This record gives sequence, C-alpha cells and structure tokens, in this order.
Amino acid sequence: MQTLDMATTELREVNATLQSQKADTNQRAWEIVNPKGSHAIACGLDGPIEVTVRGSTGYYCGGMNKEATVHIVGSAGPGVAENMMSGTVIIDGDASQYAGATGHGGLLVIKGNASSRCGISMKGIDIVVHGNIGHMSAFMAQSGNLVVLGDAGDALGDSCYEARFFVRGKVKSLGADCEEKEMRPEHIEILKDLLERAGADAKPEEFTRYGSARKLYNFNIDNAAAY
Amino acid sequence: MNDMTKPPLGIPQTAPIKSATFTDPINAEIRRAAATGIYDIRGGGAKRKVPHFDDLLFLGASISRYPLEGYREKCETKVTLGTRFAKNPIELDIPITIAGMSFGALSGPAKEALGRGANAAGTSTTTGDGGMTPEERGHSSKLVYQYLPSRYGMNPDDLRKADAIEVVVGQGAKPGGGGMLLGQKISDRVAEMRNLPKGIDQRSACRHPDWTGPDDLEIKILELREITGWRVPIYIKVAGARPYYDTTLAVKAGADVVVLDGMQGGTAATQDVFIENVGQPTLACIRPAVQALQDMGMHRKVQLIVSGGIRTGADVAKAMALGADAVAIGTAALIALGDNDPRWEAEYNALGTTAGAYDDWHEGKDPAGITTQDPELMARFDPIAGGRRLSNYLKVMTLEAQTIARACGKNHLHNLEPEDMCALTVEASAMSGVPLAGTNWVPGRGGDY
Repeated sequence: MQTLDMATTELREVNATLQSQKADTNQRAWEIVNPKGSHAIACGLDGPIEVTVRGSTGYYCGGMNKEATVHIVGSAGPGVAENMMSGTVIIDGDASQYAGATGHGGLLVIKGNASSRCGISMKGIDIVVHGNIGHMSAFMAQSGNLVVLGDAGDALGDSCYEARFFVRGKVKSLGADCEEKEMRPEHIEILKDLLERAGADAKPEEFTRYGSARKLYNFNIDNAAAY
Repeated sequence: MNDMTKPPLGIPQTAPIKSATFTDPINAEIRRAAATGIYDIRGGGAKRKVPHFDDLLFLGASISRYPLEGYREKCETKVTLGTRFAKNPIELDIPITIAGMSFGALSGPAKEALGRGANAAGTSTTTGDGGMTPEERGHSSKLVYQYLPSRYGMNPDDLRKADAIEVVVGQGAKPGGGGMLLGQKISDRVAEMRNLPKGIDQRSACRHPDWTGPDDLEIKILELREITGWRVPIYIKVAGARPYYDTTLAVKAGADVVVLDGMQGGTAATQDVFIENVGQPTLACIRPAVQALQDMGMHRKVQLIVSGGIRTGADVAKAMALGADAVAIGTAALIALGDNDPRWEAEYNALGTTAGAYDDWHEGKDPAGITTQDPELMARFDPIAGGRRLSNYLKVMTLEAQTIARACGKNHLHNLEPEDMCALTVEASAMSGVPLAGTNWVPGRGGDY
C-alpha cells in the first residue's frame, strides 16, 4: 500500500498522484493519513484504485469519483461524493450536508447519519445510510435509490422525479409531490442488492418505498399551492 | 322640442383616452392571465426601455488628444482571460465572446453554428444548462463549460475537455431564478442528457445544490481546480443585482474572470414578470463592478466580461471604456444566425406575433429553426451559412469598436476609458459615472470644469 501523508504532502500533489492512476495501474491500494479535515481530498479520481482516508475530511471528498473506491475512516464534510459517476465511497462516521449531491452513478455508503439535503438532485447514484438523514433530503432527486435504515427528516423527496426512496424508520414529513408507494417484488430485489453491497444488516421487507406522485411534472395552476 | 339627452350637433366631444397605466399590452396580459391561469413565460431579456449604451457618446479626438489613422495605425483587439490562477488562460483575437446557451434551448445545428462563427472570428463559445454536446465541443476551438445549479449532464470528462469553467450564480434575465425548459422541447436526446423523463417540464434549480455563500464557493472552486489540475480559468457569472458586492465576493472566492450579466441579457425561458422586474440595467452594473475590482487592486488581474444588450461595436467600445475586459453576446448572436428574421413573417403571424417580437422560444415552434428541437424546423437552418453570418457580424462589431477606439487615439480597445465619453441623460450619467454632455457633472459626485 502506498501512503500519502498530508502533514507533509500538499493537496495538489495528493490528488495529482491519485488522479494519474488509470485503469492499468498496478498501484491500486492507497492510504491518506493526516487529512485533518482538508477539502477536496481524492476528488476527480478516474481509475479502479482503493483509497483509504484515515481521519475526517472537509468538503467534497471523493467528488466526481469514477471507478475508484474511497473509504473514509472518519466523518465527511459537506458534499461528499458529489456528482459521483461510478465507484464506491464509504464513510465510517457521519456525513454533513449534501452527501451524494447530483451523483450520476456508483454507491455511497454512510455508516453513521447524514445531515440535510442528502442525495439532493441525485441523478442515478445509489445511497445507503445506516443511520438517519436530515431535512430536505433527495430534493429534486431525478433517479437512483436512497436507502435509509433509520429515520428521515422533514420534506423527504420534495419535487422529486423518478428516484426511489426506501426508509425503514419514520419519515417526519414528505415533500411536495412525494408519496408512499407500493413495494413490489422488483423493489425488494433492488433493495436486497443494495443492502448487501452496503453491508447493512436489515431486511428489505422492513422498508417503505416513497417516490414521485408525478402531479407536478407539468405545470397546472390548480397545483399552485404545492409550488 | 329639443332632446336634451343628445349633444347638439356641431359641439366637439371628448376624445377617447386610453390609460397610461392600463395600456393595451397590460390589458391583454390581464385577459390572458385570467383565461389561462398561468403566468407568461417567454425567452429573451428585458424589453422595457432602460438607460443603455445609446445614452453614452464618445467624444473623439481633439487638440488635447490625437486620433490614430484608420486601417493604417494598429488598434489591437486581443484579450487574455484567466490570468490570475489558471495555467492555461484563454487567448481570444477579439473581446466579444458567445454567452452560454444550452443544447435543448437551441438545436444541435444552432450550437454548431455558434461554434463555427466563433472559431472563424477567433473567440469562444459557452455551453448552457444541459451539458456539453460532442458537436459543440468539436466545432468550438475554445469552449467554456457552464457549471450550473441543475448540474444536468455534468461529468468530470467533459469538465476536463473544457477550456474554461463558468460557475453560474446568476443570470441577468432572472437574478435569483432558475431555468425552465418546458415539455414541448424535451426530445429523447435532451431527456437523456438531463436524466429526466421525456415531455415533462424541466425546472433548473435557482441555487447550487452543494454550496451556499462565498465561503463555500471558494471551496467549490478549489474542488473544480483540483479536478482539472488548475489548468483552466474559472469564471463566475453573476446577474446584475448587486454588482459591487457580487464582484467583490466572486474575487474573494477565487474567480479568474467575473461575468456580469445585466437585465437585458436573455434567457431561453422564464416568467415575463421576472425578466421585466428583477435586476439592474447593464449600464448601471459596470461601474460598480469595475470600482470593486479597482478597490481590491484586481482590475485587469481578474478580467470582467459584460453582457446584456450588446448589439454593436459601439456597445462593445462603451462597455470596455467603462472598464470591461470583454463582452458576451447571446440574443445578438441568435439574430445574426437568423432568429426573428422577417423572411418568416407569415409564420410569425400564424403564431400570433411578428418578426422582431417572437420570444416564445420555449414552445419549440421557432420558424427560423434555431430555438427548437423539431426535426423539420431544425432542417431549415444551415449551420455553415449561419456560422458564416455570425463570424461576419463579430468581425463587423470588432471593426466598429476599433474605428471608435482609433478616433479616440487608442491603439488597443483596452485603452478606452470613461474620460473618452459623455452621457446624454442625467440617468445614464449617474449610472455610468460618465459626465453629462456639456458639463463636468456626474449626479451624486459634484464636479467643476
């Protein structure tokens, strides 16, 4: 395993080193020590490497990730794995606001809790939160799956499109145009796979599915109160 | 016996007087709103009359300043954008860029024509809400990639293909507002690029999903630079709302370039009430923005691009004389391509409008085939001929600006200065900081000869 010590190595050098590892690299295992809450650690990665960050991170760790696995042994600041395309980001602790924002693909696993706006504007990413999520999560979520083993805060899935939300605990309130949905066999299968890949000890049958009521897809003055 | 209820013959009557408050257009809008239950959505920028570059004049040379010979003595037009932090600043032959306009709002061939025209004139084009298409990347030698709140189509590969990144915070047509692409224009390809179902109204968020405020923006810019290896310039586009503070905060957040878009700047579609009632005229925005840069010692170090109602070389010269490093055009570029051309008058009439007034771009029925995704209408537009028209227009504007600059004795457009101008109205003088014609007076500042 290669080690990058941020006590002695600048952020630019850390990221440039990791970003230069492409599909055929034989240096696949990397470790970052002393991150000390730095921002934009391991962002823009573009190859099948595994990066372990030993400590907590600032904003946008693992941003726009492609193919890489980034494992944060600590908690993550705002916007972790934002706009992720593929690969996996795992956070052992908690995640701050906007976790997985606008993500297009890949898997984001948060073993603690996620703050507000988790999965905001998600576009295909899968997010599994072992704990709770904050208010306005999955706001304007377009596609992908958000799985929550704990509870969800206010206004879950407000103005969402085709994304699916699976919550095991309580939902404080649903946002505009978000409603409870029937859990069909295909949803059980999706959920089973995601729980397994996220190392989550829960049964798919314990969850409730939510999604768009599709009433706000085209403007209608009679729905003005919902806008 | 006389009928007292009728006025006697030969007595003049009061002429019908229409209200200056309840005008015909206002009344028509009231009736339309009452009938439909929806606010008016349209494209373009503010149509109301506001103080503009027409209210400024150049003084020209005199005994105290001598002019340069037209066509003989050089007047440079090159501009370099992004010199503050980027390894690869953008070098343009002319200081007139093409503003962000999305694939989705515009057809693929229209985007191609913008690229062709800009290339031929030696300038850049800009993507829009909806991501980067291979066509526009292929046809634009210098392409600015917009980083928008919706993040439709955003991905690191395209980010790295860009020659610059423009973080869009606001747009002059709708400061504080998001975008809107109505279902009629959502073709399969547009839907796929935006990860949304076909045929639904696509709303773009009004603020970014993963940052709020200038401190966050600074970190967001750090991330974008880390992903792109600090190679390309980062622009921040702000609407003409609070130009002094917005420019200050954009510079503080680490911008290489500030793009300032006044209320005449166009949009593909938003509410008319927004376009006409929110934001400041372009003319009123430039001096505060330049003042902010000067107060920070960053004028010319962070470049300023001004947009919103730029139509002629005179407008280019006036914006630059007020302190801009370059300008951007959107609406004017579309007109050069063929938008609102009177040759389609019969079809505009059939849509209930007339050439020059057509602004229902969101409906996707553009007779000129530019703001549409309809294959039949799109086929009317030839991207090669359109590109040629745009390059002609850009070159004419450049020549016009050079003509004025030479007359003012300037060997580079950047050397134009406020002292080369006077204002025709008290309002324009106050907004631009240029003295009222025939005086040395700027309202609010006093002044003596």
